[in-house]
Amino acid sequence: MLTAVIALAGLGLLGSLGLAIAARVFAVETDPRAEEIEEVLPGANCGACGKPGCFDLAREIARGNADIDACPVGGEKAAKAIGKIMGIDFSGGGERYVALVLCAGDNKEALKKYQYNGIYDCVSVDMFFGGDKACSYGCLGLGTCAGACPFGAIDILPEGIAKVDSDKCTGCGKCIEACPKGIIKLVPAGRNVHILCSSHDKGAAAKKKCRVACIGCQKCVKAAPEGAIHMDDFLAVINYDAEIPESVAGECPMGTIKVFKTEDSAGQETAGGGS
Amino acid sequence: MEDEMKDKDRKSGSGKNEMKREEAGKNKTSRKPPEKKKEEPFRERFIVSSSPHIHDGRTTSSIMRLVIFALLPAALFSIYIFGVTSLRVIVISICSALVFELLALRIMKRPVNISDDSAFLTGLLLALNLPPGSPWWLVVTGTFFAIVVAKQIFGGLGYNPFNPALIGRVVLLVSFPVHMTRWIAPSAWGADAVTTATPLGRMAESLDTLGHIDMDLIRELFSREEIINLLIGNTAGCIGEVSIILLAAGGIFLIAKKVISWHIPVSFIGSVWLLTGIFYKIDPAHYINPTFHVLSGGLFLGAIFMATDYVTSPMTSSGKIIFGIGCGLITVLIRLFGVYPEGVSFAILLMNAATPLIDRYTKPKVFGARKAA
Amino acid sequence: MAGGFFGGVHPEYNKELSRGKSIRVMPLPEQLTVYFSQNLGAPSNAVVKKGEEVKKGQVIAQPGGFVSTPVHSPTSGKIKSTGFYPSPVGTLMEAAVIIPDGRDEWEEGCDRERDTAGLTSDEIKDIVKEAGIVGMGGATFPTHVKLSPPEDKPIDILILNGAECEPYLTSDHRLMLEKTEEILEGASLFARAINVKNIVVAIEKNKPGAIEKMREAVEGRDGFSVEPMEVIYPQGAEKQLIYSITGRKVPAGGLPMEAGALVQNVGTCLAAFEAARLSRPLIQRVVAVTGSGIKNPGNVLARVGTSFRDIIDFCGGMTDDTAKVISGGPMMGVSQYSLDSAVNKGTSGIVLLKADEVAQFENEPCIRCGRCLVVCPMKLNPSALSIFAERMRYEETGEHGVADCIECGSCAYVCPSKRPLVQHFKRAKAEIRNRSKKAG
Repeated sequence: MLTAVIALAGLGLLGSLGLAIAARVFAVETDPRAEEIEEVLPGANCGACGKPGCFDLAREIARGNADIDACPVGGEKAAKAIGKIMGIDFSGGGERYVALVLCAGDNKEALKKYQYNGIYDCVSVDMFFGGDKACSYGCLGLGTCAGACPFGAIDILPEGIAKVDSDKCTGCGKCIEACPKGIIKLVPAGRNVHILCSSHDKGAAAKKKCRVACIGCQKCVKAAPEGAIHMDDFLAVINYDAEIPESVAGECPMGTIKVFKTEDSAGQETAGGGS
Repeated sequence: MEDEMKDKDRKSGSGKNEMKREEAGKNKTSRKPPEKKKEEPFRERFIVSSSPHIHDGRTTSSIMRLVIFALLPAALFSIYIFGVTSLRVIVISICSALVFELLALRIMKRPVNISDDSAFLTGLLLALNLPPGSPWWLVVTGTFFAIVVAKQIFGGLGYNPFNPALIGRVVLLVSFPVHMTRWIAPSAWGADAVTTATPLGRMAESLDTLGHIDMDLIRELFSREEIINLLIGNTAGCIGEVSIILLAAGGIFLIAKKVISWHIPVSFIGSVWLLTGIFYKIDPAHYINPTFHVLSGGLFLGAIFMATDYVTSPMTSSGKIIFGIGCGLITVLIRLFGVYPEGVSFAILLMNAATPLIDRYTKPKVFGARKAA
Repeated sequence: MAGGFFGGVHPEYNKELSRGKSIRVMPLPEQLTVYFSQNLGAPSNAVVKKGEEVKKGQVIAQPGGFVSTPVHSPTSGKIKSTGFYPSPVGTLMEAAVIIPDGRDEWEEGCDRERDTAGLTSDEIKDIVKEAGIVGMGGATFPTHVKLSPPEDKPIDILILNGAECEPYLTSDHRLMLEKTEEILEGASLFARAINVKNIVVAIEKNKPGAIEKMREAVEGRDGFSVEPMEVIYPQGAEKQLIYSITGRKVPAGGLPMEAGALVQNVGTCLAAFEAARLSRPLIQRVVAVTGSGIKNPGNVLARVGTSFRDIIDFCGGMTDDTAKVISGGPMMGVSQYSLDSAVNKGTSGIVLLKADEVAQFENEPCIRCGRCLVVCPMKLNPSALSIFAERMRYEETGEHGVADCIECGSCAYVCPSKRPLVQHFKRAKAEIRNRSKKAG
């Protein structure tokens, strides 16, 4: 009995001694600031900063290899907090950006050219003649962006179109990469006039395919202040740096220009967290 | 209903665009009748999908139905020999399996689709693996473990690592050994149920008590009458395991219909026969004749209908043979050296666990692949 | 008898719809939509503009590289417009809309008889290249590339692919019956180009008439033989055909020439013959128009650029319940959404099917039945591949050999869960290509 106790205690001592030595010899220098910074970061490991995960960015910031506002998701708030930890004043008035799906052509407004049957995913349907929407620029509505969003900020509405919840959106840009149509753009938050169309088709062709398409009539260009809206290959594009009165929306004969504030959710109730 | 919802959504949309809505409405009427025109580029008329555009017509549910069909003779025969008690177990098992499946799918928010008949088949298989006269609560507990625990919690059809019906059976066997080994003798309709033991059980018991084979028992069990009883199923045992002939007929039917391949049943039954034969040759005083081993217990039911379950068995032919031999080996070990007289269920479940490993090492070699890549 | 490769399926062939119908020449339609790029490999570049007058046989697109072919105008007329149109390969593709002037005037230098006896190997290759000839079985791989093997890979057998294992299609069958001599002439040109003495005509046994006809025709021709093949899909797939005939395996990821064999479709042979003997570039082909959706099935000799609508009208129109329009056969063809799609050099058939005949894919989980493993002629594990693809683990699909998939569709044809397996593999291949492109 006694020998057993002694033997066990001895083993325990020996083991802990080994561990203690190992901890000294093989210790990895970690900057305590890196850990503090990691606390501040959102912790979604979304990769929007270009690093594999949040801790990798925290370490780089602590070493001074990355800027304190390098996390696009945390935005100003995180940057300020990190600035405090690092002893750097955060001066950038960096604006918050949110994603916006530049298409309003849901299943009620836009025509489809065929009945798709196959993998339920936008990239897959895009492989067949550029998708089932008649408009080859339109949102395909199968939710590839929603699946890619690390924050659950994108919902596919029952009408078959993707909608970004700008409250939840952090502007990480994952959806932009995922969308085969390239119709998701980052826009500054807080704006309230948007042109929800990406079609470069000529007016007549665009109108045939979708009831809310930009037909390139330029009425909004004339109604808006100089330079606020410009034409890009039959498509009116908003310059988000400019101030645009809401009345411009009324000029659009197609109802393509929508008025809603991006910080509030995009006007519609969204059902449950989909992925 | 869905359309109604969409309409509501539309109405509740921001009021600011009311005017444009009207205009949009106009557009709607203007594009309405495209039929007359020859050019109609955007009519949603044709189906577009990936190749191939044709299918041989065999679906998951048609496969399940074929398996159910192949099991029917054995199930009906059990009702004939065990009477109402057997019918009751089968009906309760199938119904509760379907109910559990439905509930689980609802709760887990999976698409509710019990028309693939897999729950029906699981219910039927579990019933065939229970003693006739099992109480209702035993059956329901079994289907709960089979459907909810073994299948749906793991992700539903296609994701379960273990055969659901067998999980149900083994849980019952371990938890309620008394109820699970209370056998009744075959009796005609209406006659009182007489409890008895299965041939395998009697053999194991006599071995335990005497330390060697009881020759009287051997003579009794190996009388021509008894062997015939074993073949046609006029013996004690689980509901569906008794009639070797009908089970084998179902198996041949399934192989002919290419629902299952011969690999697992043949290697499973073959290895049981071979291994018990070797032991019998070495020491006939302690080990029983291999023919008896093959014909008794749940071997045929297990080898033909349970071990061949797609989801839980290997996919390649060589993998299937390894799987079958593994099942046979474990069955023999349990029957000869374990505490249970029967080991088919445990053997299949253990091999289920090895399936991913077998699949990995029997990966087919790509056509034209160079030898040393 | 030859033909025993691993796997394969036996779909309903339904060839009786059109195999008895001789080839009818389709009159010049009111307009032609000619795609500027009609081959696998590098896309060709347009050399004509809107409003230009073109002659029949005039080059309207130049090859965009070595693995590329020119495209010729199928008739004389004026280019009304250029733009993007739905194409049989499943994309929107740039094309010229040509309004024929009705005179059908040949470009200078075309349509002249030539003595083929004295042509050297290089001359034959040049003729094939200039005539824009591609594999006409559907793959549209540039033929001159196949005729130019590297010197360390000698070829000793030429296989004429008349297997036509795709269900419904009968264009090769009719060609073998009606253009027997021309096909063999074209084949001997190919044989001369690559210096091969052994030429095998491979025909599936469900075409006894064609076998008979070919047997008679090869008699007295040196080196030719006819090989009846077992009727199993995909017997006509290049690698499977080479294995069935020679017992040689094309190395995984390798080209048929690595097994010392060259496979040419019978239609390609005919095109080569016409290019060499008559100086005619490839501007027309035989299209089998068939399926339960077409009122009067048949085999049509149509110009490249003829819209599906015109061809279908020529064959009596389609039934109202037609649900699917397929360019090519039902196993590997591409479904179309618009009848504006036009015949290109690879359009071997137009198959119209009703809703109850077409496969309906479901995104249901794999039940691991293993049927796909049994039928995969490349000995892949389609089940595992599809599960990786579904989870977007494309690297792993690559490790499991998705690149070796020939997209024959056997796996999805038998899948009881009706998983869109081929689509998964096409997607995985595309993703792997994109990633390696991105990586440099």
